[in-house]
Amino acid sequence: MKKTITLTLNGETRAVDVEPNDILLDVVRDKLGVKSPKYGCGRGDCGSCTVIMDGRTVRSCLILAIEADGAEIVTVEGLCRDGLTPLQESFLKHNSFQCGYCAPGMTLSATELLERKASPSREEVQEAIAGNLCRCTGYTAIIDAILETAGK
Amino acid sequence: METTRVVGHSYPRIDGKEKITGAAQYVDDIEFGPNLLYAEIVESPHPSALIKGIDARAAKKVPGVGAVVTGKDFPYKFGLYMQDRYILAQDRVRFVGEQVAAVIARDPKTARRAARLVKVDYKPLKPVFDQVRALKDRKTLIHPDLGDYEHVPWFFPRGGTNIAHHRKIRRGDLKQAFEESDVVLEDVYHVPRYAHCCLEGHIAVGLCDHSGRLTVWSSSQSPHTQRHLFVGALQELGFSHKDVRVITPYIGGGFGGKAGVTMEILAAAFATKTRGMPVKVRWRRDQEFYNTYMRQAVETRIKIGATKDGKLTAFEMENFWDAGPYVEYGANVVNSSALSATGPYYFPALKIDSYCIYTNLPAAGPYRGFGYSEMLFSVESHLDRLAKKLGMTPLALRKKNLLRRGMPLSYGAGMTENNLEECLDRVAAAIDYGKKEKSKDPNKVIGKGIAGAWKGPAMPPNASSSAFIKFSEDGSLNVLVSGIDMGQGLLTVMAQVASEVLTVPVEKIRTECPDTDRNPYEWQTVASHVTWSCGNAVKRAAIDARDRIFETVGRAYKYNPESLYLEDEQVKCSTDPDFAVAFKDFVIDGIMLEDGTFRGGPIVGRGMFMPEFMSTVCDPETSQGGHPNPHYTVGAGGIVLEIDKETGKVRVLKAAEGFDCGKVLNPSLVEGQVIGGFMQGLATALYEDMRFGEDGAILNPNFTDYKIPTALDVPDEIIPIIDVETPQHDGPYGARGIGEHTMIPVAPMVANAVYDAVGIRIKRLPVTAEKIALAIREGRTEVE
Repeated sequence: MKKTITLTLNGETRAVDVEPNDILLDVVRDKLGVKSPKYGCGRGDCGSCTVIMDGRTVRSCLILAIEADGAEIVTVEGLCRDGLTPLQESFLKHNSFQCGYCAPGMTLSATELLERKASPSREEVQEAIAGNLCRCTGYTAIIDAILETAGK
Repeated sequence: METTRVVGHSYPRIDGKEKITGAAQYVDDIEFGPNLLYAEIVESPHPSALIKGIDARAAKKVPGVGAVVTGKDFPYKFGLYMQDRYILAQDRVRFVGEQVAAVIARDPKTARRAARLVKVDYKPLKPVFDQVRALKDRKTLIHPDLGDYEHVPWFFPRGGTNIAHHRKIRRGDLKQAFEESDVVLEDVYHVPRYAHCCLEGHIAVGLCDHSGRLTVWSSSQSPHTQRHLFVGALQELGFSHKDVRVITPYIGGGFGGKAGVTMEILAAAFATKTRGMPVKVRWRRDQEFYNTYMRQAVETRIKIGATKDGKLTAFEMENFWDAGPYVEYGANVVNSSALSATGPYYFPALKIDSYCIYTNLPAAGPYRGFGYSEMLFSVESHLDRLAKKLGMTPLALRKKNLLRRGMPLSYGAGMTENNLEECLDRVAAAIDYGKKEKSKDPNKVIGKGIAGAWKGPAMPPNASSSAFIKFSEDGSLNVLVSGIDMGQGLLTVMAQVASEVLTVPVEKIRTECPDTDRNPYEWQTVASHVTWSCGNAVKRAAIDARDRIFETVGRAYKYNPESLYLEDEQVKCSTDPDFAVAFKDFVIDGIMLEDGTFRGGPIVGRGMFMPEFMSTVCDPETSQGGHPNPHYTVGAGGIVLEIDKETGKVRVLKAAEGFDCGKVLNPSLVEGQVIGGFMQGLATALYEDMRFGEDGAILNPNFTDYKIPTALDVPDEIIPIIDVETPQHDGPYGARGIGEHTMIPVAPMVANAVYDAVGIRIKRLPVTAEKIALAIREGRTEVE
C-alpha cells in the first residue's frame, strides 16, 4: 500500500511514493536518483549507506523510507554543490581514498564530527569514523586529512 | 635511473575528485531505465547433493516474474584455467549456497518472493570438508569426471581422485641434504579461509539486445578476460568477441576477488533469455562471503635443515590446499605459490608437493597474494624457530641465506634484481629489533617480530597489456587502457607515465575506465603486474605519439625529426632555439603550409607490451626448466606488540614495512598500499575468523561476526620504507609491482612477535586472544 512522502533532499523538496517496507537507501538511490550513499552490507555494519538525516548521520539501510517523511536529508552531493569543502580538499591532498566506495559515508561522518568538535583528538576522530569500514586504505590517510582540516 | 619530472612524485589521484564528490559511478549507480529486471538466485542448502528435479510452476505464476531459469537452460561450463564449473548447477550441487536456479522479475521484492516458491528436490550425498581426508578418499569424488576436464597444460589433475592439481618441485638430493644438516626442524601449520570483504560486493548487469549484441556492466578486475570467458561459456549461442562488450566503471575494491569470472556469468547468461531488457544481479553481503571466491585454506607440513653455522641446506614441504569444489582459478593459486614456496631464501635441495584438493566448502580462488600469504606463514614462522635452535637471531639467519640476483630459484631460473637485505635491515632498525622493551603495565609484555616476503606475478607467459593515447584540440590527452583502478591508483600512474614522455601536465590527462569496445586489450589487473606491463604499454604509446609529432612537425617545417624535442607541451628544435610550436595548434588540425595545404592530422599513439622470455614449459616431475615469473618484488615487515598476559589481547604499538618495488612512480600511492596491505594482513592475524557449521555452511557471513579492522584498530605508527628502489631493468622508468606484497609478511611477523613476547608459538591462524590467554594459563608453548 503506497504512501506519498515528502522530504528535503540536498536542499530540494521531493515527493515520492513508497511502500511501508521500502528502505530509505533504496528510495534515495533508485527513486530519487542520488547515488552517493552505497549498499555495502544492508544491516548497518559498514557505514557505506550513511546519510545525514535531520542533522545527524544515520545508516540509511536501517531506516524505513516512511520514517523520512518530513525529514531533511543531506548527502555529499549536497555538501559540495558550491565547491569542495575544506575537508574534501584535504582528502584530495592526502590521497585519503583508494577505491572510493567508503568515501561518501566517511565524508559525512567526518563532516558531522568537525561540526560538533572544532579540535578533535586523534582518538576522537577514530571513534567518529569507526562505523565507516574501509578495506583499502588502513584509515591513516583519512585520519590525517580530518585532523589537518580540524587544525585549520 | 634517469631523472624524471613527473614519475616519482606524489601526484594527487586523478580520480580523487570524482570519488570525493559522489560523482564516481559504480555499476549499481548506472541507470538502466524502467525495463531493468532483477534476478534472485535459488541456492543449494546442501554441501553435496544430486538434483532430482526442480519445480518452478508456482514461481512462474507470480505477477511480475519474467522467467525462471535452471541448469537446463545453460548446460555450459566456464572457467579460466580449468573447465570444472557450470553456469547453474546441472545434476548436482557441491557447496552450500551454490546457484541452482534463478527468478528474473520486474522488481527485487517480486524476484525474492518468487524464488522462495521454487522447489528443488535434492538427494543429499556425503560431503567432505577436510582436505587431507578428501585427498585420501577415493570413493567420495566431488568431480567424478575430473579426468575429462579441459585445462591449461601446466595443471596436472588426477582423474578418479579429489586432486585437481599436483605441482611437484624437485632439486638436489634431499635425503643427503638432511643427513648433512646439523639442525632439522619439522612441523605442521594451518592457515584457514579468509574473505576479501570489498566494500562493494560483486554485481553485474547484462543486456542482450534484439540485434544479438551482449553488453555486461560488471565490477571486475578483468573486463577483457571476462568477455573472453563469456564468449567461451556461451559459445553454443554463437557470439563473436566483437559483439560482446564488457564495461567496467569504478569498482569498490577487488583484492583478487573480482578477477576472472564468478557471478558475472549469471548476468551474461540471463540476459540471453530476456532479450532487449537488462538484468541486474547484485550480490548481498552474505552471498559475497559464500559465493564468490574465498581465500583457500592450507595445511602445510614443512621440514627445514641447516648447518650449525646457519646455512640452509634442505627444504621439504607438503601443502594440502582446501580449494573448494571449483578450482578453475584456484588451482593456479596452488601452482604459482608452490613455485615460490621457499620464500626469498636459497635452499640447495628441495622437495615441494602442493596439492589442490576439492572439498565441499564454498568455492575458493584468487586473493591478494595469490597463495603467498597462506604459504609463507609457515616458512617465516619456521625460520624463526630454526634460528632459535641454531642460536642465531632470526634476522641473521635470513640475511645469511638470501636469494640474491642470479641465484637459482626453485625451478632453476635466476633470481631477479632485488635488495632484500636493505629491506630487512631498515625494517629491523625501524622497530629497534633485538632490543627488548618492557611494558609500563606489569600485566603486559612487549614482543617484536620480523618476517621476509616476496612475490612474483602469477601470469601466463603471454599475458599482455595495450594502450591508446589520443590528443584533443586543446592539447589534452585521453589514455585508454583496460587496466583497472581498484584503488591502487593505476589510472593516476598511467597518466604520470604519459605525462613524463609527452610533457602534458597530469591535470590535462584523463585515463579512461575500461570498455572492451573502446579500450585496447589488457589480460587482467591482477598479480601486481600492471604498473610494469600496462606502464610499459602506455610508455610505448606515448613514445609512438611523440614520434608522430616529430614526424609531422619535421615534415611541415623541414626539420630533421631527430633534432626535435618536447618541452612544456610544445615542440622545440635543438638546432633552432627560436622554434616552438604548441601541441594545441596542430594535434588535431594539422599544420598549414604556406600554400594553404595541411600536413599531419589527429595525433594518436599506440603501445603494447607482452613479455617474450617467460615460459611454463618445464619437467612436470621436477618443475625445472620453466620461467613462470617475470620478476620478484621483495620486502620485509616488522612489528612491536604489547600483550596482556591475562586476557591475551594484542595491541600493535608499531609496525614497519620495507619493500623494493623498483622505481616508485607515485610515493603517496605506494605508501597507501603499504598501510592498507599491512592492515589487511593484520586482520588475518588478529581479527578475521571464518567459521563453518557441521553442514558446511558459513556461520558468519557478515561484518558483525567476521571482523575487519575499523579506524579504532589502526596502530599509532606504521612506517613505510619504499625508497630501496633497485631498478627493474624492463619496467617503465625502472618500476615493478607493489600491491599484494604488503599483506604477505604480516601474519608471520605477528606470530613471531607473539613468540618473542610470551614464548608461545601459534601454528594455526588466527592469532586470537583466546589462544594466547589459554596457552599462558595452561603453560603451553605451542598452539596447534
